[in-house]
Amino acid sequence: MFTAWLPFEWIVAVRFLREGRLQTVFIIAGVAIGVGVIVFMSALLSGMQSNFIRRVLSTQSHIQLVQPQQVTRALRGGADGLPGQVEGAIIQPPLQQTKSIDQWQAVVAQVRAMDGVKVVSPVASGPVLVVRGSATKAVTVSGIEPATYFRIVDFSDKMVRGSTRLSSSDILVGTELSSDLGVDVGDKLHVTAANGVVTVLTISGVFDLGNKGANQRNTFTTLRVAQSLLNMPGGVTSLEVTVADIYAAETVAQRIAADTGVEADSWIKNSAQFFAAVSAQTTANTAIRFFVGLSVAFGIASVLVVSVVQRSREIGILRAMGISRGQILRVFLLQGGLLAFGGALVGCGIGAGALSLWTTLARNADGTPLFPLEFDSSMLLVALVLATLTGLLAAFAPALRAARLDPVVAIRG
Amino acid sequence: MAEKEIETLEAVVQLSGVRKAFNIGTPFETEVLHGIDLTLQRGDFCAVVGPSGSGKSTLLNIVGLLDRPSSGTLKIGSEETTVLDDRALTRLRGHTIGFVFQYHHLITAFTALENVMIPMLGAAGFPNAQMRERAAQLIDGVGLTPWKDNLAGAMSGGQQQRVAIARALAMNPAVLLADEPTGNLDTKSADSVFALLRQVNQDQGTTVLFVTHNSELARRCDKTIQVVDGMVTQ
Repeated sequence: MFTAWLPFEWIVAVRFLREGRLQTVFIIAGVAIGVGVIVFMSALLSGMQSNFIRRVLSTQSHIQLVQPQQVTRALRGGADGLPGQVEGAIIQPPLQQTKSIDQWQAVVAQVRAMDGVKVVSPVASGPVLVVRGSATKAVTVSGIEPATYFRIVDFSDKMVRGSTRLSSSDILVGTELSSDLGVDVGDKLHVTAANGVVTVLTISGVFDLGNKGANQRNTFTTLRVAQSLLNMPGGVTSLEVTVADIYAAETVAQRIAADTGVEADSWIKNSAQFFAAVSAQTTANTAIRFFVGLSVAFGIASVLVVSVVQRSREIGILRAMGISRGQILRVFLLQGGLLAFGGALVGCGIGAGALSLWTTLARNADGTPLFPLEFDSSMLLVALVLATLTGLLAAFAPALRAARLDPVVAIRG
Repeated sequence: MAEKEIETLEAVVQLSGVRKAFNIGTPFETEVLHGIDLTLQRGDFCAVVGPSGSGKSTLLNIVGLLDRPSSGTLKIGSEETTVLDDRALTRLRGHTIGFVFQYHHLITAFTALENVMIPMLGAAGFPNAQMRERAAQLIDGVGLTPWKDNLAGAMSGGQQQRVAIARALAMNPAVLLADEPTGNLDTKSADSVFALLRQVNQDQGTTVLFVTHNSELARRCDKTIQVVDGMVTQ
């Protein structure tokens, strides 16, 4: 029975859909499958991407600031002093010495004050030899400020043994180096720099960065220890920066470079290939979503076109009964919207179900999930709204056709 | 009806020089109505007769504002309709004209009662309870109260035509146009539908224009309009 609070168009739309039950069920199923695929795929791909990015960024900063490379410039103005003449055409690239960033404390303060920057941490790193008995290994020592650096690279989940405590006589080593040298937490290591400086440090922790090479090559000490080893008192070789929006890292890097004069390399630039892969995946995902959405829209439109043909006589009668063109238009627009909304509602259920099934089935050998899925309810809301809008849009042409029907012709059939 | 009384009645429908042609400007241009002058007074009960293809239905569609004349004027009450836009025509149609078609043309997705409510819903502004009460009264008037909640598609031809008459009366129209409403019914049902139209005409003073091929029914009307080859003879 008609109810007072429902507008006329709504009542007619619902009745028409209810009467064409089989058509309605089929198109809702079609929309549901489309929306389900989109929801599932979006969550899966964004989960996968975040996982990749998290892994890539878990051991590095978003932006690295270094002293600009030294270059040799051609001398201009020859013996005759003519402008534009070059003297000494063969230019030998200069030797890149380990140099500290000029006025790095000022740069740190300046970068910290910038929009979108979260953490800035100074690092002094360079090559050293670690010696244990007769075994010698060439490694990189990175002198860090634990308070800020551990906010960039979280070591708490990377420590295999020992702790992240770093005093002036401590060193953190990787698992590979630890086993190569046969050392463990509490053991002492002789660390020798190229300039002959030797210091003895105690292993306070053994970490696993998830990469064999990294575990072999990297060691961490306090900034002061590294500075004295590398013979650069008070100096740092790089400033590590994290930003709030990882995808804006390149923009922030360019801003930093322009403002401070130091060289700023973002993770996007440093991991160009990886980022290209992520971008390609995003593009493919968008394209698939677009085409699935398009096929859903065409499905709805075709069902409504058929419905307009089937119901042309009824449309004519309604027009004869004083129902306006606008009301007829809205009846069919509403049908499109309702079909899409209903389908999207079921589709969200299908998508959510498929995701939970995926989480249950796709697991690592140790039983932990393969990777965490990015699934939030706002995505469902977006899917519902977008699908409904698509339905309304798809219904527009058939609705216009229905509204334009000549009642005389329509009634005559 | 006395001659004097007819003269005092107001004109409800006035056609003047109405022509209707189809496929205008093409080699297939056909003029169906050739300059029709016709006046219907309030309370008229007219039969429209004529052979098939003579233009009866076209005349009815024009009077019912479903179609526009190619030339000439049409006044409904005091309103000149040929200058109105589609929205105004739809509104005027909804408020002043009721249709009963040969094939009853109910909306099969709705119940009998709901079909009667459609013109009121379209016009809007009716409180729900009032709308339902009026629809129930109209259904009662055509003797279908026990079937009022049946889906229109599940009713017999005679019942459907009665529902169609009730629906045509929903807005209490000044003019009721019936295009062969008994054409598809058996004699008994046809008689009862005719009696119903007659009753509406007498009780409410509704002007009825009634297209029929049934000469017996045409004889029982107050006036007969003969349409032959797109011309009217009364």
